[in-house]
Amino acid sequence: MPNSPADRPCRISVQRRGPLLVEGPVEVELEDGSTVTSDRFRVALCTCRRSRRYPWCDTSHRERS
Amino acid sequence: MFRGYPARMAHDPHGPQLPAARGPVSAAVRGYLAGSDALPAARTVAAASAYGDDLQLALYLCYELHYRGFAGVAPEREWDPDLLRVRAALEHRFLTALREDTPLHDSVEDGLAELLVEPVEGTGVSHFLAAEGELWQVREYAVQRSLYHLKEADPHAWVLPRLWGRAKAAMAAVEFDEWGGGRPERVHARLFADLMTDLDLDTTYGRYLDAGCAETLATVNLMSLFGLHRSLRGALVGHFAAVEITSSPGSRRLAQAMRRVAAGPAAEHFYDEHVEADAVHEQVVRHDVIGGLLDEEPHLAPDITFGLDATGYLEDRLAARLLAAWRAGETSLRTPLPDREKSHIS
Repeated sequence: MPNSPADRPCRISVQRRGPLLVEGPVEVELEDGSTVTSDRFRVALCTCRRSRRYPWCDTSHRERS
Repeated sequence: MFRGYPARMAHDPHGPQLPAARGPVSAAVRGYLAGSDALPAARTVAAASAYGDDLQLALYLCYELHYRGFAGVAPEREWDPDLLRVRAALEHRFLTALREDTPLHDSVEDGLAELLVEPVEGTGVSHFLAAEGELWQVREYAVQRSLYHLKEADPHAWVLPRLWGRAKAAMAAVEFDEWGGGRPERVHARLFADLMTDLDLDTTYGRYLDAGCAETLATVNLMSLFGLHRSLRGALVGHFAAVEITSSPGSRRLAQAMRRVAAGPAAEHFYDEHVEADAVHEQVVRHDVIGGLLDEEPHLAPDITFGLDATGYLEDRLAARLLAAWRAGETSLRTPLPDREKSHIS
């Protein structure tokens, strides 16, 4: 799927609890300078830092009982 | 000009074999598909257990005509009015039982909130397989799930014309992802076939229908039931949300189980892909599919809750069945797999 058209900015949905939702495809540059890509229509980026598949969300932010 | 039901119908030359009957209802439906005139009588349907092998297989046979049919069965049987009448009676039994037995949350929000809390010490099948699953149990799990995963996301496609706006766009986007985003080698059903190859299983569609237990058939029948009825579109959406929300953590444990038994790279990849994909899908389904549908049709909230909770109810029944068999060292399958473990070890 094509990325967001040039006439509008890339939309990112934020939530206090949960990942950033970004319109895909995306390329993410990590701290060590390497890049990872995802071409999904939407991409969930981890914000809790607990993901075992960082930078992608793996639902590790969920509350545990 | 309408000439009524065609007298001579071309049969599907290929396709799955008809499975063995599991009682009088499925025997009659099977016989009808194979060419007899007799369908099950109303009293026979009334006497069958709603979740039992006989009724669930009969319903599965009716539904399968909407997917790939069976070898030797006329494809026109899909819209055979007499068979549809029987299907309606079977659906009535199944749906009535589900409405009576499913413990319901008070609201969609409550139902979703509970699914979004991860138990620290879970007791489900994925917990069992991750912690102590053996290769034979992992293979049985793949056989049971193949009934759905070899047509993954197909039952949910029927809801698309019944949605519009935000809900439709979001549902279509998730389905597109399930079907590989336009790449045949990434279609989730194909990824599951690759997992089955790693586990030395037969990837032929319908190959393990005889092996699947009643509890497995019921989970697949639920999707077909919700998908095929516009009146149950809310339930389909609730069901889909339940699947997507629970899939990501469950898939992480199943990927662990695949590594544990050294199933192979494709087997690991199927569940790794679902960890990541379904972490996105559950967000989209909650915010846009459920949110969009509730904006347009708020009166469907109780149906969404029913779909969420009925899914959990049937999944719990399946888990109980699988774990009871495995803890006793017994097969969960109706037709056991040939013992091929030795060839893996040597």
